[in-house]
Amino acid sequence: MWFFNSPEIVYGEAALDYLDELVGRRAFIVTDPHLHALGFTERVADHLRRAGLEVAYFAEVEPEPSLETVRRGAEAMRDFAPDWIIGLGGGSAMDAAKAMWALYERPDIAADAISPLVKLGLGARARLITIPTTAGTGAEATWALVLSDPAEGRKLGLGNRETLATLAIVDPALSAGMPPRLTADTGLDVLTHAIEGYTSSWRNDFSDGLCLKAAQLVFDYLPRAVADGSDMEAREKMAVAATIAGLGFGNSMAGLAHAMGHALGAVFHRPHGAAVGLYLPYTIEFIAGGGAGRYADIAHFLHLPADSEPVAAAALVATIRDLMRRIGAATTAAEMGIAAAEHEAALERLCDLAEGDTQIVTSPRVPERGELAALFRAAYAG
Amino acid sequence: MPYLFPSAEWVAQLQEAINHSAAYASSAKTWEGDFYFIVEPGGGLTEPVKIYLDLWHGQCREAYLVQGEDDKKPEFIIAGPLETYRQIFSKKLDPIQALMSRKLKLQGNMGKVMRAVKATLDLVNCAASVDTVFPSTL
Repeated sequence: MWFFNSPEIVYGEAALDYLDELVGRRAFIVTDPHLHALGFTERVADHLRRAGLEVAYFAEVEPEPSLETVRRGAEAMRDFAPDWIIGLGGGSAMDAAKAMWALYERPDIAADAISPLVKLGLGARARLITIPTTAGTGAEATWALVLSDPAEGRKLGLGNRETLATLAIVDPALSAGMPPRLTADTGLDVLTHAIEGYTSSWRNDFSDGLCLKAAQLVFDYLPRAVADGSDMEAREKMAVAATIAGLGFGNSMAGLAHAMGHALGAVFHRPHGAAVGLYLPYTIEFIAGGGAGRYADIAHFLHLPADSEPVAAAALVATIRDLMRRIGAATTAAEMGIAAAEHEAALERLCDLAEGDTQIVTSPRVPERGELAALFRAAYAG
Repeated sequence: MPYLFPSAEWVAQLQEAINHSAAYASSAKTWEGDFYFIVEPGGGLTEPVKIYLDLWHGQCREAYLVQGEDDKKPEFIIAGPLETYRQIFSKKLDPIQALMSRKLKLQGNMGKVMRAVKATLDLVNCAASVDTVFPSTL
């Protein structure tokens, strides 16, 4: 017995107009200060008001939202008593909205207790709508969420199948204003979701096709979206790719590149997509080197050489590195501006965090401690 | 030589495997917590069988098959049918997936377990390394 979880997805041009038909009384928007200042909150609130809803917002979500931020947001939510919660933004805002929703309905638990192993009983007071403003995390279509614990200096991989949105609205106009660097980083996140979702030990027949299609869309459209942000066809395809990859890996989990990327992000505070994308080629080489992975399937689908797993893995890695160069992404941790001495000093901490990350166990090849340290070092210098 | 699961001899082998595992010693170096693993009746078992494991900083300090009354109050209790254990030990079922699909039931701090996923995997690898025979396959 296993599950496939998905929200209802409204996508394409003017998808945001769907909010005009929403039935409810009060909507609570969760977003970040930057998007709020750019007018995104008001843009969504206008639609909600047209539907006759009273609107309030919490616009204090920081990158890598903390347990404390989530607790404060849930308190504000309880004062307003919404029947709809809107997660508006990138992964941080949508993840924070999921956690706040859980604490709003379950004030008896702490955020770090949002585990897949418990019954939460959400939905009695409110339902969740996710609206992505980037094309990357796929958080609009997943139940997983990542919070940070500043006291311990670590990211917490949390979530429960109940913290999945009822409705995801994927309107490419919302991600059209992303600058090239953010477009590139978030696009690498999509690619990493797609490839790790396809090779994960939790892979399944439902998620496989989604992951393959998402990978194809990234290779076809990410360079265009980075080169010309006004290319709306590329923007729409990347927005769709992000959600498709979210559905894929959200139902099969990610893997080693995510475990390592989370660790790098926690220690050196580099963007999530850039961090997981950095490790993707190195982890493919490591996994394929141990005889694991399903890279021939992926390579075949992408019309790359796929005569054997080693050949396919090498071709896939070369294609990913070529893509990274074309979009100006860092291919080593050194290129990210991390000093060698600082990286070496943090190596034990990086390994501890990666070993404690929930995504490591779904890798088709799980590294031992020494192998993990060697991988971090390899990805530092290239 | 294969060891019958669940039996006192199998538990002794598991303890030895844990205490010789460099991978478990590393990934569980900060873990502190003891368990009852309960094997529910069925598949050749006529009554529940309980195994106690005290896991501490990458080592197994104590392990035994519970016979009769036991005064331990372990931090965690994991219970499931024999078939579920068999599938996990043969790597046909992921232990976290087993918990999520309620094939295994966990009592205790779920968050603490989810923060020790690599240690969980290495513990299962230790169990899988024991040459095991199950009642229904005797």
